[in-house]
Amino acid sequence: MRTIIFRTIAPYLAALMILFSVFVLLRGHNEPGGGFIGGLIAASALAIYGIACGVASVRRAIVFHPMSISAFGLFIAVLAGLPSLFLKQSFMTSQWLSFRFFDVNVDLSTPMLFDIGVYFVVVGSIASIALALEERESD
Amino acid sequence: MTTAVIDTTILAVLAPFAAAVVAPFATKIFKQNAAWILALVPAWIFYHFAGYIGPVSHGESFTPAVEWAPSYGINLSFYIDGLSTLFALLISGIGTFIILYAGGYLNGHPQQGRFFSFLFLFMGAMLGLVTGNNLITLFIFWELTSITSFLLIGFDHLRAASRRAALQALVVTGGGGLSLLAAFILIIGATGEIEMSALLSSPDVIKNSGLYLPIFILVLGGAFTKSAQFPFHFWLPNAMEAPTPVSAFLHSATMVKAGVYLLMRMHPLLGDTELWTTVLPIFGGVTLLVGTILAVRQTDLKLMLAYTTVASLGLLVMLVGTSWEKALEGAVLYLLAHSLFKGALFMVAGIIDHETGTRDVTKLGGLRGAMPITFAAACLAALSMSGLPPFIGFIAKEVLYEGTWEMGAGSLLVTGTALLGNSLMLVIAAAVAIKPFFGPAVETPKHAHEGPVLLFAGPLVLSLAGFAAAFFAHQTGELFIGPMLSSLTGQSAHVDLHLIPAYISAPLILSVLTGVLGVVLYLQLARLRALVASVLAAIGWGPDKGFDQFVAGIVSLSTAVTRLVQGGRMQTYMMLTFGVTAAAVLVPAFLTDGLPSMPAMPDYAFYEWGILGIAFLGLVAVLVAKTRLTAIVSLGIQGFAVAVIFMLFGAPDLSFTQFMVETLSVVILALVMTRLNLSPRDHRPAGAVLVTGAISAGVGAGIALTLMAITQQPFDSRLSEFFTAYSRTIAHGRNIVNVIIVDFRGFDTLGEIAVVVLAGLCVLALIRVRTKPEVKVDEDASAEALAKRVEAS
Repeated sequence: MRTIIFRTIAPYLAALMILFSVFVLLRGHNEPGGGFIGGLIAASALAIYGIACGVASVRRAIVFHPMSISAFGLFIAVLAGLPSLFLKQSFMTSQWLSFRFFDVNVDLSTPMLFDIGVYFVVVGSIASIALALEERESD
Repeated sequence: MTTAVIDTTILAVLAPFAAAVVAPFATKIFKQNAAWILALVPAWIFYHFAGYIGPVSHGESFTPAVEWAPSYGINLSFYIDGLSTLFALLISGIGTFIILYAGGYLNGHPQQGRFFSFLFLFMGAMLGLVTGNNLITLFIFWELTSITSFLLIGFDHLRAASRRAALQALVVTGGGGLSLLAAFILIIGATGEIEMSALLSSPDVIKNSGLYLPIFILVLGGAFTKSAQFPFHFWLPNAMEAPTPVSAFLHSATMVKAGVYLLMRMHPLLGDTELWTTVLPIFGGVTLLVGTILAVRQTDLKLMLAYTTVASLGLLVMLVGTSWEKALEGAVLYLLAHSLFKGALFMVAGIIDHETGTRDVTKLGGLRGAMPITFAAACLAALSMSGLPPFIGFIAKEVLYEGTWEMGAGSLLVTGTALLGNSLMLVIAAAVAIKPFFGPAVETPKHAHEGPVLLFAGPLVLSLAGFAAAFFAHQTGELFIGPMLSSLTGQSAHVDLHLIPAYISAPLILSVLTGVLGVVLYLQLARLRALVASVLAAIGWGPDKGFDQFVAGIVSLSTAVTRLVQGGRMQTYMMLTFGVTAAAVLVPAFLTDGLPSMPAMPDYAFYEWGILGIAFLGLVAVLVAKTRLTAIVSLGIQGFAVAVIFMLFGAPDLSFTQFMVETLSVVILALVMTRLNLSPRDHRPAGAVLVTGAISAGVGAGIALTLMAITQQPFDSRLSEFFTAYSRTIAHGRNIVNVIIVDFRGFDTLGEIAVVVLAGLCVLALIRVRTKPEVKVDEDASAEALAKRVEAS
């Protein structure tokens, strides 16, 4: 698989895919997309990068172990459910925060945080499986 | 009574559990004095329950309760009446001395703290059991006694015999507990009541319901296993593997009486029917005779006592089974008497074992000089057990003879059984109390001397209590026996007891007969022993052996089933899974006529037909592919075509996800394959291929038919309308799919991503398992290389 063209293109492709995955993640609430699909795209990016340049470079690039990323996602997702408890509403009731920032309406919400959690869980789990499979003793 | 006092009762029931937590620390700090401090807990409980004696004897009853799971009607509620008060007093009173005794018996034992904990846990379970009002509460405490007695019997866990006995007791009594749970569920279903006190206020409901028979059988299942009735009697003598304080507490005074307690408690609800008065006396009578006959054979002090416990329980069940008021009075009296003398005798047996080093009655003798206090206690308790005046055992025997004699139908049979049982009981009592102490002194493994006060306090007090209860017979009857009898009969009962029989009557003559027969049999003890032993040897098989065979049978059955179901071949698992799936979708569709009608040829545009064609081509390619890699990629083609179909029919989210999942599954499958092998697909015979193909076709056809059937149903649009209407206004999102996932059903998604994380961890672990041995080889190789390099330099 390690053709010179693939190896040259792969980092740029992966970077673009990651960027796209974040875009898909953030627009999910109103347009097709969301944390799950975003996570899958990002995981594909990592898998492609791994096939092209080796697992070690992917592991270096993402710094943390993929499973820790996954666990972090789960943590964030649970965290997103907590604010409602302080307002005496049931767990995971959505909370919204809207403000204007340079003439642009910015809406921040707990479902978004939750979606980000989903994103990390999916990236972490799928990437850890893919990387573990790609990893050979010879690498 | 005020609320404050009621709360104290619940505290009293739960106090042993707190003590169980504290006990190890207390033992560590106070060493050999810990028992004195810990015994304060049961002493306080005794004092508390003693406060109920007055009100209860005036016919009052109390139902303290706290909410537990009120939506299910399950509360931590307790019922204090004559029956539970006497039981609670016995448990806490005897418990006090057991704690002291354990302090002396296991003095210096490294696990003494743990032992105290177990004892307290058991005490709490037992208290909760006898006072439990809510049926579920009662059941939980019931099973808790099984579990804690498992811990106690298996305390000496390094010995195989202890482990076996503990397991056996748990299997038998725990299994009986499940039967009891079923009985309680039926009772709740039949009456709609979950509180014992409410059930007792309308006692005929169960008897008149159609469920009486199953409830009766299930209750007996619980009671007979717990109280070691024949043929479940075998676990109790085996449980003598436990340290003696446990034997004295569990297996004489308290736990084994739980079954009798249950029968007594249920008597107003289930008793006095033809079934009850036939089944119970038969089982009880058989248990009485089997117990005493087996006891005669034994030479081990504890085993002799254990088998007479079995016999006594049989006697109690037999008496309760008569449903005859005077016989019930005898049962209640005998229960009190038995708890006092058996507790004392067990402790005596323990002291003898502890101070001389042996429990074999044939190797003991002449201890009266060396152990005068123990001797006195043993004599007092044994006289009570023999049913001789002036002890409570005597009064109990008089009353029970009076009851069985007057009973009417079956009276001679029951009286005869009781007579034989009682005289054999006298033989054992004499063997336990006379044999070790009289005659010439015998050399014992340890030099015999009197034990410390911690040891002999219990037996002395208990045997004296048996004397006091008889001396103050009138008060005993009024304060304890009467209220308890009222609980059994459901009507207020008046009991008038006298120590000295007023005139010569049938019971007195029967007593004399018992005594004479007992003495005669005692003189022939050695011959009797040989006779029983030879009969048992002739029979050979017994329930104890049967239990072993039962357990071995279950193990080999489960091994066989496992071998059948989990052969370890992935192919078999897959075929089973998909075969069952196909059957599950297809069979009901055919049986219930749920097949869809043949749809009309759809009116698709050319590109839509094109996509379908690509999907079909992908499938064909999978089937004809020569290598695994080609097959995987071809499957991907088909998957992508499906994704495009989703997109064309207005499900962009779904299609988006399908694209990504398809890509990743091709990548991951390919990676898996490169790890396994990429050799040509398979060389299976045509038959196997055909079977697999049939199953796949079945699953495919089944799913397709189901989908078609569903789409042909009228569409219920309420849910989609709801989400369309509210996703914008409530969740501030236009993408309904995403809004549902992260907002409306966010908690579901949280669960799902938790599953994703777990699945990831599991897959990772599986991959690691495969690679581990190779890594180890590598390490070895590098170590070798290193060694060579070192040598070279």
